[in-house]
Amino acid sequence: MSAMNKFRFEKREKQSALRTLIITAVSVLLALVCCGILIFSVGSKPLKVYETMLTQVFLSPTGIKNMLRSSLPLMFCGLGVALTFKMNLNNIGAEGQYAAGVIAGGAFVLFGPDIEGVPGMIITALCCFLGGAIWALICAIPKAYWGVNESITTLMMNYIALMILAYLCLGPWKMPRQNTGMTERIPRSMDIPEIMIGDIQISVGVFIGIIVAALIYCAYKYTTGGYQLTVISKSPKSAQYAGISIKKNILMVMSLSGGLAGLAGFMQYAGVAHRIVENMPNNAGYTAIVIAYLSRLNPFTVVVVSILFGGLQNSTAYVQSLGVPSQIATMMQGVIMIFVIAGDFFQRYRLVIAKEGKA
Amino acid sequence: MKEPILEMRNITKKFGKVVANEDVNLTLNEGEIHALLGENGAGKSTLMNVLTGIYKPNSGAIYYKGNKVKIKSPRHAVDLGIGMVHQHFHLIPTLSAAENVFLYTPSCKRVLHKKEMEDAIENCSKEFHLDVDPSAKIWQMSVGEQQRVEIIKLLYRGADILILDEPSAVLTAQEAVEMFKNLRKMAESGKSVVVISHKMNEVMQFADRITVLKGGKVEDTMLAEEATVERLTKAVVGDREFVPQTNEGSAKKEQVVLEMKDVVVKNDKGLNALKNVSLNIHAGEIFGIAGVAGNGQKELAEVIAGLRKAEEGTIFLNGEDVTKLSVKERIRKKIAFIPEDRLTMGLVPGMTMDENRVLKQYNEQQFSKHGILKKKAISDAVDAEIERHEIKIVGKSAPVSLMSGGNQQKLIIAREISGEPTLLICAYPSRGLDMGAAEAVRQILLEQCKKGVAVLMISEELDELFQMSDRIGVLCDGEMMAILDSHETDYETVGRLMSGERYE
Repeated sequence: MSAMNKFRFEKREKQSALRTLIITAVSVLLALVCCGILIFSVGSKPLKVYETMLTQVFLSPTGIKNMLRSSLPLMFCGLGVALTFKMNLNNIGAEGQYAAGVIAGGAFVLFGPDIEGVPGMIITALCCFLGGAIWALICAIPKAYWGVNESITTLMMNYIALMILAYLCLGPWKMPRQNTGMTERIPRSMDIPEIMIGDIQISVGVFIGIIVAALIYCAYKYTTGGYQLTVISKSPKSAQYAGISIKKNILMVMSLSGGLAGLAGFMQYAGVAHRIVENMPNNAGYTAIVIAYLSRLNPFTVVVVSILFGGLQNSTAYVQSLGVPSQIATMMQGVIMIFVIAGDFFQRYRLVIAKEGKA
Repeated sequence: MKEPILEMRNITKKFGKVVANEDVNLTLNEGEIHALLGENGAGKSTLMNVLTGIYKPNSGAIYYKGNKVKIKSPRHAVDLGIGMVHQHFHLIPTLSAAENVFLYTPSCKRVLHKKEMEDAIENCSKEFHLDVDPSAKIWQMSVGEQQRVEIIKLLYRGADILILDEPSAVLTAQEAVEMFKNLRKMAESGKSVVVISHKMNEVMQFADRITVLKGGKVEDTMLAEEATVERLTKAVVGDREFVPQTNEGSAKKEQVVLEMKDVVVKNDKGLNALKNVSLNIHAGEIFGIAGVAGNGQKELAEVIAGLRKAEEGTIFLNGEDVTKLSVKERIRKKIAFIPEDRLTMGLVPGMTMDENRVLKQYNEQQFSKHGILKKKAISDAVDAEIERHEIKIVGKSAPVSLMSGGNQQKLIIAREISGEPTLLICAYPSRGLDMGAAEAVRQILLEQCKKGVAVLMISEELDELFQMSDRIGVLCDGEMMAILDSHETDYETVGRLMSGERYE
């Protein structure tokens, strides 16, 4: 009989903020070391690159402005995705709902009645919301009534929405005398305003994001609607017993989630790109899944994590300006993400070395 | 003369203070079918878990094929040749029968040949007359066929002792007869079979010997031909002293609150769990449902509460047809339900007392306005009930899963009666509770009944049923065997009906 050491993972019972911080920091550090080797191998100086990233992307006024802008679509998609994940619904169709939202909003701006300024902005936002919501509802109805797997349908619907978007941008909606797939600029009066705080320019969209996060948080805590969702997510059998309609709540949560992804489209349209472009969502809907997961579905954390992810996305461009090939730059983004997600595992579980006496 | 292949001597198994088995002796001969009979909680499963190495006995010894053995683990038991078919099968639905059997066989080759495996299983199934298609996937099979795969699994591993935990519970009557015939053939070929059961009629029909467990002890052992219903009933139910009714001066009124007419309900497996059940319950009456668990009680409670669909028949509440109404509508019609699964249905384990208190009433004016919960009002209501029902709490922000069973039950009851029900369904209201809590729960039910509430009480404890009920309906295999006035009947009659014997 031999004594054997065995490793196993045990779920941590409590989460602590300090541990979260330390583990995340260590993960990022390890990722940077890893990327450093890559950067070094292509002939650049890793430390120089990191210094530029930090000062230009995360600390300079322009960097912060751009970081916040880039975070907008991530934030809204992330909030939407987190909402469905909380109810154990796998909505991985934020990408398509985003595109559907943009299409609906664009249809109003380009072909709707001439309403400009704030009213026009609100109507466009509503159109985007509805577009995303309807796109999600197409998957929610079969899920609620016949149990059709929503992971697959929402994913498939992404491709459809993206194709339609690309078709419109390259075809009927294309700006005349242009070679790239993009539409006319949105009227300037409908741009999402940006305000100055100190010397930093901040998009109003960020504040809207924070308000939406707060609304979601309060809805869960204080309303009967949020109460029903909590019961369903924690014990579907009890929900049935209490007469809470699971079908109705699936429909509601999915359309809300899709609507928020549609709003992400509006933020990009009216706040950042100012026009609709061919591949507008640019994986925001998928990155949102990672964001929602890392945020543990907490809406406020989603806001913060989205902003950091926005910065990470932007750093690609800065790093390129230092002579690092774009492929390496994009890879860096991936490496950091993988390390953070891997680190997250150690926040949820701990490694236990178990001594087993007898085999 | 058949030789004993296995002897369990003076087995005692305790869980903390609870004695599950006390000085149990069991002898199993080669080539016999031995039935282990007893009520739920009599210690049948514990004894078999000791034999298969899941539990280790506190004292006692096991002799197997003449040698004293210490069974270290389920794996060890299987290696020795002792295998068990559990009530819930351990099969992988997406794999074929052959693959499932080979999964269970440790000495198989690294590279598997599908044909070889299937041939081996084919031979095995032919040898023991167990009809199984080795290449069929488990999920495509009927429950009966899945059971045969489980048995083949054991036989292929070379088991000499087969233990089956309530094998007929999941089968239709015909399938059960077929299964017992197969077991008989196995016994004839030299295998020994232990069948755990609580159905007297099938035990008398198919077993060679019967051992009755009661309260963890062996009450009686007999050859099947010596067994009579009287003897078995006495051993299973016991010579309990007849407890006088505490539900004296019944509050029963003329008005019929619940009426069921020829209701048919299917269970989760798609078999008929209730067969043309009819009953009526008056205001102020406690109607007890007796029966061994799994004979349709759960389905009965759920069909009235609206959680399960009635395939046929109608249910009336105060003269109004409610058969098609949703759960929510029935809650509004004041049907209250105390379910048997406290922590999976009655309460949301991860939520607090306050949150659980409003599970059914979150939308009522009292507790919310314009969709916003009135946290203060909810908290006050809970505080008042904590005091009234003497509920011991762990802390108001702690999840209810940390409370004791009795207090969880009180919380559920407090919630259910707060809606001033006209009909109260309660399934095993005192199960798992200590004496004090059980008594408190019964008192609350009696109070409700005095107020004119119609109570449907499902229980396994005859004492409780006789003490509380005005009338008792006996369910067996989904049939309402009889509805008796609890003053005019006795334990033996009810016990016989529970075992499926017809009432003359």
